Amino acid sequence: MTVEELHELADRERERQAGVRHRVLYCSAAGCVSCGSHATRDAFKAAFTRRGLTESEVVGTGCMGLCGQGPLVKIHDDGVLYERVDAGLAHRIVDEHLVEGRPVAEHQLDAASPFFASQVKIVLENCGRIDATRIEEYIAVGGYEALARAVAELKPQEVVEEVRKSGLRGRGGAGYPTGLKWDIARKAPAEQKYVICNADEGDPGAFMDRSVLEGDPHRVLEGMAIAGYAIGASQGYIYVRAEYPLAIERLKLAIRQAERHGVLGSRIFESGFHFRIDLRIGAGAFVCGEETALIRSIQGRRGRPQPRPPYPSERGLFGAPTVINNVETLANIAPILRHGSAWFAALGTPRSPGTKVFALAGKIRRTGLIEVPMGIPLRRIIFEIGGGTPEGTEFKAAQTGGPSGGCIPAEHLDLPVDYEALATVGSIMGSGGLIVMDSTSNMVDVARFFMEFSRDESCGKCAPCRVGTVHMHDLLRKIARGRATADDVALLEELCETVKETSLCGLGQSAPNPVLSTLRFFRAEYDALLGPVEVFTPSNPLARGRGPGGS
Amino acid sequence: MAILTLTIDDQPVSGTETETLLEVARQHGIEIPTLCHLDGLTDVGACRLCLVEIEGASRLQPACTTRLQEGMVVRTNTERLQRYRRTIVEMLASEGNHHCAVCVSNNHCELQDLAYTVGLQYVRVPYLYPAKTLDATHKDFVIDRDRCILCSRCVRVCHEVEGAHTWDIAGRGIGCEIISDLKQPWGQSTTCTSCGKCVLVCPTGALFEKGATVAEMEKRTEFLRYIVNARQRREWNPDLLHEE
Repeated sequence: MTVEELHELADRERERQAGVRHRVLYCSAAGCVSCGSHATRDAFKAAFTRRGLTESEVVGTGCMGLCGQGPLVKIHDDGVLYERVDAGLAHRIVDEHLVEGRPVAEHQLDAASPFFASQVKIVLENCGRIDATRIEEYIAVGGYEALARAVAELKPQEVVEEVRKSGLRGRGGAGYPTGLKWDIARKAPAEQKYVICNADEGDPGAFMDRSVLEGDPHRVLEGMAIAGYAIGASQGYIYVRAEYPLAIERLKLAIRQAERHGVLGSRIFESGFHFRIDLRIGAGAFVCGEETALIRSIQGRRGRPQPRPPYPSERGLFGAPTVINNVETLANIAPILRHGSAWFAALGTPRSPGTKVFALAGKIRRTGLIEVPMGIPLRRIIFEIGGGTPEGTEFKAAQTGGPSGGCIPAEHLDLPVDYEALATVGSIMGSGGLIVMDSTSNMVDVARFFMEFSRDESCGKCAPCRVGTVHMHDLLRKIARGRATADDVALLEELCETVKETSLCGLGQSAPNPVLSTLRFFRAEYDALLGPVEVFTPSNPLARGRGPGGS
Repeated sequence: MAILTLTIDDQPVSGTETETLLEVARQHGIEIPTLCHLDGLTDVGACRLCLVEIEGASRLQPACTTRLQEGMVVRTNTERLQRYRRTIVEMLASEGNHHCAVCVSNNHCELQDLAYTVGLQYVRVPYLYPAKTLDATHKDFVIDRDRCILCSRCVRVCHEVEGAHTWDIAGRGIGCEIISDLKQPWGQSTTCTSCGKCVLVCPTGALFEKGATVAEMEKRTEFLRYIVNARQRREWNPDLLHEE
């Protein structure tokens, strides 16, 4: 395909959509599907037939954000958004809204409400807007334009430079500058290089990457192809976990469509650039989200981390220089090239530009998927966008970064959300899971839950993590059951330090974080569960005068 | 090849860029405790006992996998490192079923020696007493997983030196264990050549020769260096044998 053909295809699809009488978009991401959005779709189709609206269509899109209120439906004609749309309501919407022009007010969501108005969408710009199963719809909203421009007009070095100037940092959690990573891989002398997309999202309560893959898979493919062009790779792999069957299905379809249209494969946009993408399905080990373990897993070996250096950008997959980026990082690439690095760098904060997608979960009124500019205060995310904690309870803490992160208490609610600020309170940005806890949550139990997770997911390679997580978990359980003393807490703290400092990979190094942060901010909850330290006091008054038990 | 100079424990030392901190430290008489490292095998950096402090590095680095860099300032035995090492050996001691007094390797055990070296006199965490298995189906050798510390030396020697890859690790986390082939009894393994290298490199009494009783199993590991060197230098050319 040529660039002109790409534009023609986009025009054709836009014309086709303009010719449709009514377009009803329903959320077909896993959350809404699980609460019955397929029945909603069928009801709309039946209603169109019943009313004779033959030139109308019902389109399945990616996540619309407000996952707690599904199934969600958007009327494309006027942008009205509906919540909790069951089959009966679907018929009502067709009759009252589409035919008679009176929106069904009681199920209508207010687009000006803070949940929508406070968000800035880059990564999720197409989620809930296009049909993820049709490449034409992605192309109609400007898809593959960035790749076309990169291949036709820019040198690989210029692409890397553009990404570097944008200031984009890795969205997998650690925040390493993406442009720098690409630059190292580009400069590494090698015949063969690789691009890997890390879609092994495993933090409890996190579903950002899944939503992007389900709702806008082509954006990730485009980002990967641009990365491949920039570093000189001809092969990419997407490592996606088997627990995401819908994402896998959509990715497979997207790769087939992209190859058929010549935006992936050989001679992309009639240039000398070749790039193929294959899927590798993970078997559900959390540690395989760690890049060196992930690479070994792709090679068909046991998913265990390796000491770094060497870093993958020097020696990665099959020993070749490899760029490994998270889904959300790659989803930012096409917009950066489309709008320019200056546009991106102006968003967010100077040190953490751009936006961040969060999965809001836990004790919060509006659970769902949100995208906010970096540097937004935590308070605004939780109270404006999330609507605060449920009736009658008080906010206690926000947990970011999953089992690698920490709990942020109410006194730090005005903290701007960026990589550095979160680190100052002992948490991490993480991949974007944000779990809210209210006054009914028990912080010792929260720490125990995450430690249990780390214990179960430890690969067993290095001794501190393999054994340390078991003992830390047992100590937390002992504390939670009210059978521990201050000595146990002291031992727990020492184990936390040793495991944090000596473990081989990020999983072990960050496993103590939930304990350390709850100890830092909620120590009183630990102390309340402790019994007295038992000291032996001899009954003989003569002995009492001497030993350590005496006064 | 460029010669690099650096400082280890306030001693000026030198080496080449292909050497590791551990190699250079040992050449200069600086002892760093290790367990998974064995001269002649690939290093995996798993036991974390050889972690050292490097000035300017944000994290502790394993001496066995860290290559030399010009001007490095390394400390191998600070109070903090001693504390971490003691805690790691404590973890290992609590993880298995180690009963030195009745062990074939008593007094010849690297774990036992390490416990003395790091000054571990008491284990503060509860012993886990895991239910581990023993396999005596092999005609010459026994594996007693109670004493295994998962250093993976047997796995590496079998794969890298013998080329049989009989041993591997199954399970994850605390449930990891060494298995032969696809978890068959060792005696039924079709890949095992009964060479005995795994037994000789095992740092504890987890792998031992049949017939050895308490404190009788002494291991030798020096053979590994001869084999690896001879192979790398192609000293095993059959023609050389006929010349004699």
